[in-house]
Amino acid sequence: MHHFIDRRRNPKGKSLGNRQRFLRRARDNIKERVDQSVRGKALHPAGGDPQDGEKVTIPARGLKEPRLAHSATGGLRHHVLPGNKDYVVGDTIARPQGGTGQGGRKASEGGEGEDEFSFTLSQDEYLEILFDGLELPDLVEKNTFETITVGTRRAGLTTAGSPNNLNLVRTMRNSLGRRIALQRPSLAALREVEEQIAMLAAKEPLTAVQMQLLGDLQARLEILKRKRRVVGYIDPLDLRYDTFVPEKIRNSKAVVFCLMDVSGSMQEREKDLAKRFFLLLHLFLSRGYEQTEIVFIRHTHHAQEVDEETFFYARETGGTIVSTALEQMKEIIADRYPTEEWNIYGAQASDGENFGNDSLRCKALLLEDLLPLCQFYAYVEIVDEDADMLLSNADAGEDLWQAYRQVKDKVQHFEMQRVSLPSHIYPIFREFFLPKIKGAQNAGG
Amino acid sequence: MQAVKTSSDVLFDGPEWTFELLEKARDVIEDIALQDLGLDVYPNQIEIISSEQMLDAYSCAGLPLMYQHWSFGKHFVRDETLYRTGRQGLAYEIVINSNPCISYNMEENTMAMQTLVMAHAAFGHNHFFKNNYLFLQWTDAAGIHDYLAFAKNYIAACEERYGLEAVEEILDAAHALQAQAVFRYGRPPQPTVAEKKAMQRVRDGYESSQSLLDLWTDATMRRETSDDGDEDPAISARQRELNLPQENVLYFLEKNSPILKPWQREMLRIVRSLAQYLYPQKQTKVMNEGCATFVHYYIINQLYQHGRLTQGAFMEMMHSHTNVVLQPDYDDGRFGGINPYALGFAMMTDIRRICEAPTDEDREWFPDIAGDPNWRGVLKDAWANYRDESFIQQFLSPHLIRKFKLFTLSNDADRPNLEVSHIHNRAGYRDIRRELARSYDLAYLEPDIQVTDVDLRGDRELKLTHFARNGIQLEPGNRDEVLKHARRLWGYNVVISVKTES
Repeated sequence: MHHFIDRRRNPKGKSLGNRQRFLRRARDNIKERVDQSVRGKALHPAGGDPQDGEKVTIPARGLKEPRLAHSATGGLRHHVLPGNKDYVVGDTIARPQGGTGQGGRKASEGGEGEDEFSFTLSQDEYLEILFDGLELPDLVEKNTFETITVGTRRAGLTTAGSPNNLNLVRTMRNSLGRRIALQRPSLAALREVEEQIAMLAAKEPLTAVQMQLLGDLQARLEILKRKRRVVGYIDPLDLRYDTFVPEKIRNSKAVVFCLMDVSGSMQEREKDLAKRFFLLLHLFLSRGYEQTEIVFIRHTHHAQEVDEETFFYARETGGTIVSTALEQMKEIIADRYPTEEWNIYGAQASDGENFGNDSLRCKALLLEDLLPLCQFYAYVEIVDEDADMLLSNADAGEDLWQAYRQVKDKVQHFEMQRVSLPSHIYPIFREFFLPKIKGAQNAGG
Repeated sequence: MQAVKTSSDVLFDGPEWTFELLEKARDVIEDIALQDLGLDVYPNQIEIISSEQMLDAYSCAGLPLMYQHWSFGKHFVRDETLYRTGRQGLAYEIVINSNPCISYNMEENTMAMQTLVMAHAAFGHNHFFKNNYLFLQWTDAAGIHDYLAFAKNYIAACEERYGLEAVEEILDAAHALQAQAVFRYGRPPQPTVAEKKAMQRVRDGYESSQSLLDLWTDATMRRETSDDGDEDPAISARQRELNLPQENVLYFLEKNSPILKPWQREMLRIVRSLAQYLYPQKQTKVMNEGCATFVHYYIINQLYQHGRLTQGAFMEMMHSHTNVVLQPDYDDGRFGGINPYALGFAMMTDIRRICEAPTDEDREWFPDIAGDPNWRGVLKDAWANYRDESFIQQFLSPHLIRKFKLFTLSNDADRPNLEVSHIHNRAGYRDIRRELARSYDLAYLEPDIQVTDVDLRGDRELKLTHFARNGIQLEPGNRDEVLKHARRLWGYNVVISVKTES
């Protein structure tokens, strides 16, 4: 008649499919908002990933579910309302602005959810939309995947193997097929003949016909028994064994080198812009690779590998020699990141000032030592907020910029851009990672 | 009321619930519901779910199984956000009109709330579903689960076969016409004699023997004779043939659209069937909630009087009860229309009062029930045989109109101000009652739209007519969007014209 059911163990998230359909539908709207949110976003204190996804507000436009509904104004209507205090018949009341006095209720009945509404994207959804359409810059074609063995995997059936791997189902299926094909007499058939013989034998005096029959039956029994011996129940032919092969999983790893000039000219603003770029790069790469590491290298006139905190917040003074950072990167790669295991990415931020003719040295280091090892290398030059001229004119620039432009002419997987505002970061990031023609020439090969 | 209780009689003490306690409480509630109130219910299946699952259930019109569509996802994210940010609580329960009657209780509820919710949903709503004529006539409580499962699988199969977008296109269009997808007054029309003959002809292969050219000459000739205007007998003949006018627009499209493929027609049928299944609930909000609220209120009072509840549990239930039946005044910031729980509960309590302690006024207004010794029977009769509109028209008493201090405001767009047309006095009772009843009549609330004409042999333009009452027009933005959807389903132009009530 009645019962209780505990459904709490049932999977929740029954509307996951609906949610995916909704996100797909709202994709353009959401994308716009995600782009915006990235542009104006404050960095997370730890500089890590956004942990809890991202809140987005999307306009209900385009997600409307139109219905035929009465217009909220016009015509003659009567409303019954509770709580009359002192009105008498004939009193007049000024028409409330924009409604009928039942505004709230009408709005929800008719044009459901006309206003914007916000919800939270999970981190995965957020990143997927954020990096939608971008791809990993694996421009350098080389075997950069480490293979490691993590277990075994089924690899079909064989006719030989150890008993513990016997596949009983397949074996019995083969056996059954063979027994049917070769017409192996069943035990029941055998018993039947034996019973008939026993019945006949029990009758003491046997007639000639019965004697004859008994003889036939015994002959038949002999045949049946022989056939059962010849056609075995299980024949070595039937045996099937499972086989397993060691499974090799391609375990991809990436390391991002963040190189930053921290000499006096790099103020909080400059560092903040650089950080936004490094953060995006790291988020992006962590989606493509099972494991991503970041190496922070800062430099003045000498370079140093540091932790994140020091990288972004310590103050330093001194001259600027950019090549020291590149040297340091080269050493660390040689030391800890064998290129056959690691996908290496470089990201460099600087205000573009460099010492003497060090820029030429940088160019040489990049072309000869670093770019052949890197999948991708990006240079971001952080210029003054009012440096419109620099932003629009790629020809103008200091030594470092000029030197890097020559690198760019030679190498495809090297990109450079200038930024002056937080809102520039995401667009140039997108530009860097838009799909390009793969397998183009590269310096290292 | 004096609570006589000994500790052994108390059903539970403390907020934690267990399945044993639930069983125990349910048995006692059932005893009162069936023996004392004389309710008649479907077997109960009470399911305990988490808040996430409640949100899931919410987004799919409260149904346990639903096909997938982005709009449910939209409702889900909105409800979820409102809930997470504390701007909206969750219902304590959802109950489904099915046999067995399924009700969902949230695991977060305290034992007192579980008790209240069981009385409310598993007995109040359940009795209403099983006995109200609208549900009996229009819904198939035993078959709904199978149908929902069928619908879900069918639409999933279509998605697999024809692609998400093709399915979404049809569903979006069908949803846009959902409010125009019900039969309000009668069962779907049976095929006419002519239609039956036509079907027979198809079966006999008659049509394949006719040349295409003949069809064309027929059509052209008819077209020429039908230029005189509306009075043309050919037009009325074709309207008769197509069962026009037809209020169920989706049904008409499903049956007559020249472009829909069979699977698309089946999808329209699914949307339309679910709209029809939910239609009685839209018409009985006040009665349904009123019935459930009256039942839980009666039961928890009985429980308390018999010493089965601690004072704390009783206070908790009463607190929740009064929140539910709160009716803010029109000038209160919390006002959002008339609360169906408040109105329904007040009316049912009032009916009991009219039976038990009628005044002269009650005897004048309700000669049939005033002083009736069997108030339970009167209520059960009301629950079974009315919907909100007729229930209010029949049972809203002057006593309640005064209690709620109801008044009517006339809002005439031709006049600069709103006017108070009736207040809660002798002159106003009947008008207020009529206006309030009308405001629950879906035929008035929802636009009256009918398929009025189409020339299948001519331009095939589908003509819809909006019969506007009191000069109230359709909201134009929505109307144009819906027409686009309708064109998608019809394949040819769809227009809507307004006919104003004289």
